[in-house]
Amino acid sequence: MLDLLAQTGLNAVYAASYISLVAVGLVLIFGVMGVINFAHGELFMAGAYVVVAVYADMHMPFFLAVVVGLLFVGCLGLLMERALFRPLRDNPLGGLVASIGFLMILQALASMGFGVRMEFIPPVTQHVVWFTDTISIPLARVYVIVAAVLLLSTLWYFLKRTRFGWALRASAQDPQAAELQGISIAQTAKIAMFIGAGLAGIAGTLTAPLVSVNPHMGHSVIVTAFIVIIVGGVGSLEGAIIASVVYAFVHTFVTTFYGGVIADITGLSLMLLVLIVKPTGLFGSADRA
Amino acid sequence: MLKYLIWPIAAVALIALPHGLSFSQQEILVFLTINILVVSSYRLLTLTGEWSLAHVVIMGVGAYASAMMTKNLGIYVPISMLLGGITAALIAVILSFPLFRMKGFYFLIGSFAAGEIIRLLWKHFRDPFGGAKGIKGIDPMPDFSIGIYNFDFFEPVSYFYFAGFIVIICLWILWRIERSPVGLTFHAVHWQDKLAEASGVNLRAYRTLAFAIASGFAGIGGALLAHYIGTINPGSFDLDYMVFVLTWAIVGGTGTFYGPILGCVVLTILNEVVLREMGFEQLRPLIYGAILIASILFLPNGLESIVQKFTKRRAKP
Repeated sequence: MLDLLAQTGLNAVYAASYISLVAVGLVLIFGVMGVINFAHGELFMAGAYVVVAVYADMHMPFFLAVVVGLLFVGCLGLLMERALFRPLRDNPLGGLVASIGFLMILQALASMGFGVRMEFIPPVTQHVVWFTDTISIPLARVYVIVAAVLLLSTLWYFLKRTRFGWALRASAQDPQAAELQGISIAQTAKIAMFIGAGLAGIAGTLTAPLVSVNPHMGHSVIVTAFIVIIVGGVGSLEGAIIASVVYAFVHTFVTTFYGGVIADITGLSLMLLVLIVKPTGLFGSADRA
Repeated sequence: MLKYLIWPIAAVALIALPHGLSFSQQEILVFLTINILVVSSYRLLTLTGEWSLAHVVIMGVGAYASAMMTKNLGIYVPISMLLGGITAALIAVILSFPLFRMKGFYFLIGSFAAGEIIRLLWKHFRDPFGGAKGIKGIDPMPDFSIGIYNFDFFEPVSYFYFAGFIVIICLWILWRIERSPVGLTFHAVHWQDKLAEASGVNLRAYRTLAFAIASGFAGIGGALLAHYIGTINPGSFDLDYMVFVLTWAIVGGTGTFYGPILGCVVLTILNEVVLREMGFEQLRPLIYGAILIASILFLPNGLESIVQKFTKRRAKP
């Protein structure tokens, strides 16, 4: 029993690490741009397809595929910022519809380029890390955990310690005041979109060998990310990370013991419960709604 | 003169419309008719300023309720549709207690969660909801004859007449509600909530009322759908469908009564008829997505702004 709990706990840590990568990107985009990026799950999907193209089809090293994925999806984010969100800055519902349109385009491109069937990706490594005789974790999952911790702490340092980070947080808090201080809103928007999209892309590349890659894989990712950022409080990066961990643990444990559908219901009920008790999420403030 | 002729001409055109179409287009016409009711009821909710992502699931509540009542209790079909609508409204009232603690983006996602919970409950409980396979063999509308025309409800044309009749009545009721003092209060709740509250308007009660009415009509729409296709499952009312309803409303524009209907008709015809006939089967979602982006970039106030431009010019001289 204790072994099962420890094993499930390890799986939960893995789930938490890639969910928090996606959720933090979504929060960053919402904080700076003020739009709900519905296409965020499809950015994750795009990252996974970069691995299909570069690693599985062209037989390049996996590490290269991850870097290409980060850059490619980051550039998709820049494209979205320039073509969609900048012209629609004063129109939050417009940003929503535009990102839905972008989502459909990305899905259609993926199914036209690669087909709608599940892609086979050769495993990056067959190694399994054994803690005891019964508790183990595949090395590929350890990569995801390590990458998530490294990336999120780098982002943390960037946001709290560098001038760019200050500018980014300032324009998330109050765009007009930030602009009066000489901060270029367009500049920070670009940086935020690149980082936000890139995080989703890198999560997609790292998990691609571990999950089933298909054009509709973004759907469950975006649903999870929405739950997480709501529980954490929209616009709060710390909240998003903590909520990712909580959600991943609850979801993984309930899935292990009661099955997937009950786990989904539990996750959603947990979120509704948090909203009923504190309608702005655990770490949210009222004015960011 | 034109004023009095326009309604009979519209009625004749609607009656003649399905006879000029192919069978598959007639089926699309039935779905379009039902979707017009769904998107119009959705607009009533958006009048109070809240955007819900549970609307399609609530429509499914009406469908499931009506299907189960006819199957398990043997209730006569048109009555079960009405009861389905009432069930949907009651569920909406229950959901309003947690949901209307939230506003804006939180309400959007909160309503999504509430809807998704209902959908997953259908999926999980095989008894009585039929699990992932849903409910099959739902009783169709009983056939009847009015002398000059025999209604056989397996025919899309007959069902179009029936659904069209119901939908027009519902639209008329929705229109009357919007023009009534209650409807004007909905506007006030959206645009001047502080002032309305200071004038003694119970904001929460009016939001709940709008949610319940909108859900009731969505439920009737769902029941109309269930008794036409004969089988429903949790996948019939998923987020993809909700996204379509949302985009119809936003692309059409929610400033006027006809805006969402216009959006629904134009986008459905573009997606189902024009792109399908042109043979773009694989490219269809791509072009649809591009159309969404283009319409929101170049027509930020929706398709209704085109109509308003023309009607205003005509009014000037």
